[in-house]
Amino acid sequence: MNINRNIAWTYFVASKKMTIVAILGVVIGISIFMFMNSMAAGFDRTSGESFFKTTPHIRVYKDDKISQPLKEESLSKTLIVNPKVVPSINTIDNPMDWVKLIRKQKEVVVVFPQVSCPVFYNNGKSQITGTTIGFDPVEADKMFRISTFTVQGSIADLSTHQDGIIIGSGIAEKMNLLTGDKINMTSSKGINLTLTVVGIFKTNNSKEDKTKSYVNLATGQQFLKENNAYVTDINVNIDNPDRAPEIAKELTNLTGYKAEDWIAANETYMAASRIRKIVIMFISFTLLIVSSFGIYNILNMTVSQKINDIAILKAMGFNGGDVIRIFVYQALTIGAIGVMLGVLLALILVQALQHVYIGGDIGYFPIRFEPWVFLRGIFIGLLITFLAGFVPAKKAAKVDPVSIFRK
Amino acid sequence: MILRVENIEKKFFDPIEFKVLNGISFDVQQGEFVTLVGKSGCGKSTLLYILSTMDTEYSGRLTIDGEDVTGYDQNRLAAIRNEKIGFVFQFHYLLTDFTCLKNIMIPALRLGKLTEEEIEYRAMEKLRMLGMEDQALKPASKLSGGQQQRVAIARALINDPLIIMGDEPTGNLDSKNTQVVFDILQELAHEKKQTIIAVTHDNDFAKASDRTIEMVDGRIL
Ligand SMILES: Nc1ncnc2c1ncn2[C@@H]1O[C@H](COP(=O)(O)OP(=O)(O)OP(=O)(O)O)[C@@H](O)[C@H]1O
Ligand SMILES: [Mg+2]
Repeated sequence: MNINRNIAWTYFVASKKMTIVAILGVVIGISIFMFMNSMAAGFDRTSGESFFKTTPHIRVYKDDKISQPLKEESLSKTLIVNPKVVPSINTIDNPMDWVKLIRKQKEVVVVFPQVSCPVFYNNGKSQITGTTIGFDPVEADKMFRISTFTVQGSIADLSTHQDGIIIGSGIAEKMNLLTGDKINMTSSKGINLTLTVVGIFKTNNSKEDKTKSYVNLATGQQFLKENNAYVTDINVNIDNPDRAPEIAKELTNLTGYKAEDWIAANETYMAASRIRKIVIMFISFTLLIVSSFGIYNILNMTVSQKINDIAILKAMGFNGGDVIRIFVYQALTIGAIGVMLGVLLALILVQALQHVYIGGDIGYFPIRFEPWVFLRGIFIGLLITFLAGFVPAKKAAKVDPVSIFRK
Repeated sequence: MILRVENIEKKFFDPIEFKVLNGISFDVQQGEFVTLVGKSGCGKSTLLYILSTMDTEYSGRLTIDGEDVTGYDQNRLAAIRNEKIGFVFQFHYLLTDFTCLKNIMIPALRLGKLTEEEIEYRAMEKLRMLGMEDQALKPASKLSGGQQQRVAIARALINDPLIIMGDEPTGNLDSKNTQVVFDILQELAHEKKQTIIAVTHDNDFAKASDRTIEMVDGRIL
């Protein structure tokens, strides 16, 4: 063994109690860091998953226009204006051409047009308000993976039944409907249709389940009293949802219509999630830093206790770098053992929590082993250990042997 | 000539400005056994720290083995100390967390020219020479002052340094062991051509050496 490491190891073993305390500090810091960040990643993944059951990565639609004053010179004159939403049809012109064009874009994986229409589900005398979405079931299933959360019937049956409908489990419960039953609906445009329930879905988002239904595109257009070229949205999914804002911008430029990414569409939720992330980051980093104090402390102690040794080593020809290495090795030994045990403890915590049932929309606690979180934890743990050791080591390297020998 | 000292001066500023070394010049030949004597406080240790390259705050010139080391940076000086100089301290001796054997081996392990087995063998030889072989595996902290000093002497010899410097290397030894150490040093000087510079208060020790340099108040007589 290299002599510097050998000396470091001897010091490591010599101060057992403090070493154990320092290791424990690292174990707790690292494991909680990894655990909390795994939890954050788990939350993100589940909320992402539940978002994408109903939201496309990017939605292209025609935005409402506000009326502009007709006269340009209005700036110089006082003019009373009353801006209003310009009444126009919210249709995308030539939607199939746009769909084809968007499909050719890089990173785009699924594109399809849809219409959405406010409807009443007629339940005897009472009515349930909701929204029905009309689309091509095959494409829609590729995007929203509807088949993974249909609890009765199937999305494929919608393709074969032109007058079919898939309803949320909340509607089915309230209206006591099963697949095969008929449902009567009235749209905001006053169109009344009776459709056959071919499937029931359950997203675990109770609001969706109580209001939403899926029909074929043509049925949707019928509800809106429109022809088969009428489309309100084009839904777009891409390879990497995190890239949605950039690609949305490209699509806006390409089509001239408004392209809204899912992050912008869920501003409030995303802000809350950012706050949660910041809090978790803050707490876990604080823990890490506090745990590094243990290492800093033990090294400071060792350096002042071994100041004689340092002077003797320097007299015998050890240079400043050797002295730094000795104490950094000692710190890293503590850090490495602490990190290893910390990883173990974090794995145990993650395992344990995975089996805790939360219920509601979530089910089991959304946590699992996150390789990246663990790698980051190991890296940061060792880095902090290194710094906690380096500061006292630097001090040790500056020791002037003569001033020690004179005492 | 192995060591040349030219007009070395050193001042302390704390608590008041005070010149402890004043124009010191002398040469030491290879294989010479030189002793340095003088009253307590006359500057012997201070001079020895400069000669050993540990203290760099002086004016004048110091040449070791033909190399003018004045103004060298700390890393180069450390390498010179490791390879060419063995040092026995006045009071501080050993690394207390290690065995005697390990203490002796450390400078050689740092130098890294021999394998660990070879170094261990040589270290045992040195211990035997000083009558300490039975203490080899004892922790250094469990030895008497005299025993520690002998281990420190063995450690100073491990790398076969060109120059061995000692600040009262026999200060803690009884007359029998002082004689043993003296004989070893003399043999190293005369047969292996290693140079010895030792501070001593022991007149017999000084008289028996090849040359005695006497210091009074920071000057050489
Ligand atoms: N760090 C310092 N600051 C100020 N004065 C010092 C310092 N170190 C030593 N001195 C003074 O320098 C002078 C020389 O000290 P030095 O230790 O070299 O003496 P010495 O000849 O080795 O004495 P001894 O035989 O007792 O070991 C003494 O007067 C001492 O008080
Ligand atoms: Mg002295």
